Amino acid sequence: MKLSREEVNHIALLARLGLSAEEMEKFRGQLSNILENFEVLQQVDTSDVPPTAYPTPLENVLGEDEVAPSFPQGEILENAPRKEEGCFRVRAVLE
Amino acid sequence: MLQGEGGAGVGRAKMNLHHLTIHQAHQLLKDRELSSVELTKAILERIAQVDEKVHALVTVTEGLARHQAEQADERIRAGDLTPLTGVPALIKDNMCTKGIRTTCSSRMLDNFVPPYDAMVVERLKEAGLVMVGKANMDEFAMGSSTENSALFPTHNPWGLDRVPGGSSGGSAVGVAVGEAIYALGSDTGGSIRQPAGFCSIVGFKPTYGRVSRYGLVAFASSLDQIGSMTKDVTDSALVMNIIAGYDPRDSTSANYPVPDYTKSLVPDLRGLRLGVPREYFVEGMEKGVEVVMRTAIGKLEELGAEVDWEVSLPHTKYALAAYYIIAPSEAMANLARYDGVKYGFSYQEAESMWDAMEKTREFGFGPEVKRRIILGAYALSAGYYDAYYLKASKVRTLIRREFEDAFERFDALITPTSPTVPFKIGEKVDDPLQMYLSDVCTLPINIAGIPGLSVPAGFSDGLPVGMQIIGKPFSEETLLRIGFAYEQATGWQKRRPEI
Repeated sequence: MKLSREEVNHIALLARLGLSAEEMEKFRGQLSNILENFEVLQQVDTSDVPPTAYPTPLENVLGEDEVAPSFPQGEILENAPRKEEGCFRVRAVLE
Repeated sequence: MLQGEGGAGVGRAKMNLHHLTIHQAHQLLKDRELSSVELTKAILERIAQVDEKVHALVTVTEGLARHQAEQADERIRAGDLTPLTGVPALIKDNMCTKGIRTTCSSRMLDNFVPPYDAMVVERLKEAGLVMVGKANMDEFAMGSSTENSALFPTHNPWGLDRVPGGSSGGSAVGVAVGEAIYALGSDTGGSIRQPAGFCSIVGFKPTYGRVSRYGLVAFASSLDQIGSMTKDVTDSALVMNIIAGYDPRDSTSANYPVPDYTKSLVPDLRGLRLGVPREYFVEGMEKGVEVVMRTAIGKLEELGAEVDWEVSLPHTKYALAAYYIIAPSEAMANLARYDGVKYGFSYQEAESMWDAMEKTREFGFGPEVKRRIILGAYALSAGYYDAYYLKASKVRTLIRREFEDAFERFDALITPTSPTVPFKIGEKVDDPLQMYLSDVCTLPINIAGIPGLSVPAGFSDGLPVGMQIIGKPFSEETLLRIGFAYEQATGWQKRRPEI
């Protein structure tokens, strides 16, 4: 089963990942090969097996709501590519 | 007070300071036969001498190191020292260091300067850290050879045309050649243990949750774990004593007592039951690695351990597929944060918001990161979620249970760290599946969240072979004991590459 161009395009769009035409072709072949190899999982009987999301048996940890200092605004904005008046500057979402 | 001539330091003046272990350096510092400033100078000189050959460092923090060394010497003079005080270290470049560029070896974070320290860095600073630099890695820790670094590949000092393993390849090489006395690495599927094995040093991935992930740039959050990369097992215990422990800022941090790990360093394995799972000794394994491993396990028997050579963990063969579905799925979600708005690379010439985001990610991420984002997005997408992500998560349960059952009968399991010796640079870079196979012995351990220790076990045709010791959750002491007894009996950890 080789992934179609449309499928890879759709997945790239879901992940908001731009790909060049060359990358698209390369990944299409490699991912098809990888997924084919992963078909091996279908041999495993997992009926009545619960999934594991985290390996350790942690329970929810509850804590008091305590006021603590947060990072200074200036420090957080230090790495921002675009900023204005103490805020991250973003492009228009609605056009 | 080590001098080039005369005085008590004359014997040590001829010694290669860069090859000291933590415990040797500590002894000299404590006895005031060496200052941290002198030791740090020796390490910085070593970096200047060899890094152009191995390319282990992304950033050299010379000024910071000299300053921290002076502070350490003051502490030492005041008698306020820990075993790590004044001992130069390298930190993998995916752990946040306040005010020091943290790149993840990615174009995406090329200019990122964290406003805070990772928990492990905080702990090391409290203990008297001297940080000489940040270590190269596969981009965002995705890879097994350090060839996926967007900056440059790192070279293995045991064969400069070979890979050092990955993703913590810079940390492993830095320790092996003496560009640091010890290093921190992170391990999601083998990224501490595999490069440690490839470079003939000790790499320790503790139990999931044992060391806080606060400030570690996230790759796959249910698998990531920070650990030590050192020249011997004693040093691993010393680093673990400082970095292990509860941290409320990591929601999966284990609130579980931390022992004094040095107490477990006894050179005797009597009464221990060890298992050798045969699934780790088949397909694709090099003959030379197998020979080294059989000799190594024989040595564990000689040291008093009871060894069962015929253990079977039949679900092992599904671990690779499960891992390479789960890890990319988590990575895809974690890496959604790189949108060019808050920090990191940002494509400015875009037409629209979506265009800016897509182009930022197209030009900011390298090929392996993109491959995994696509793979993860596919495994999580409507129509494929059940067949891939959910299926892999159920297989994860079976793998975890299989280990639990094995640890009813055994105190530890012994396997090779990798099925091969270090391969040639460029050999696997265009074949992702072959590259993924180099983690086949290490990734089941992350799937189960259990600890794994890789120790030098010898050489095959002059190239290092690592032995992996695996235990149940929070059995770090047992693993250190086995590793310690083995290295005391064999001395493999004392071999240094000629460079």
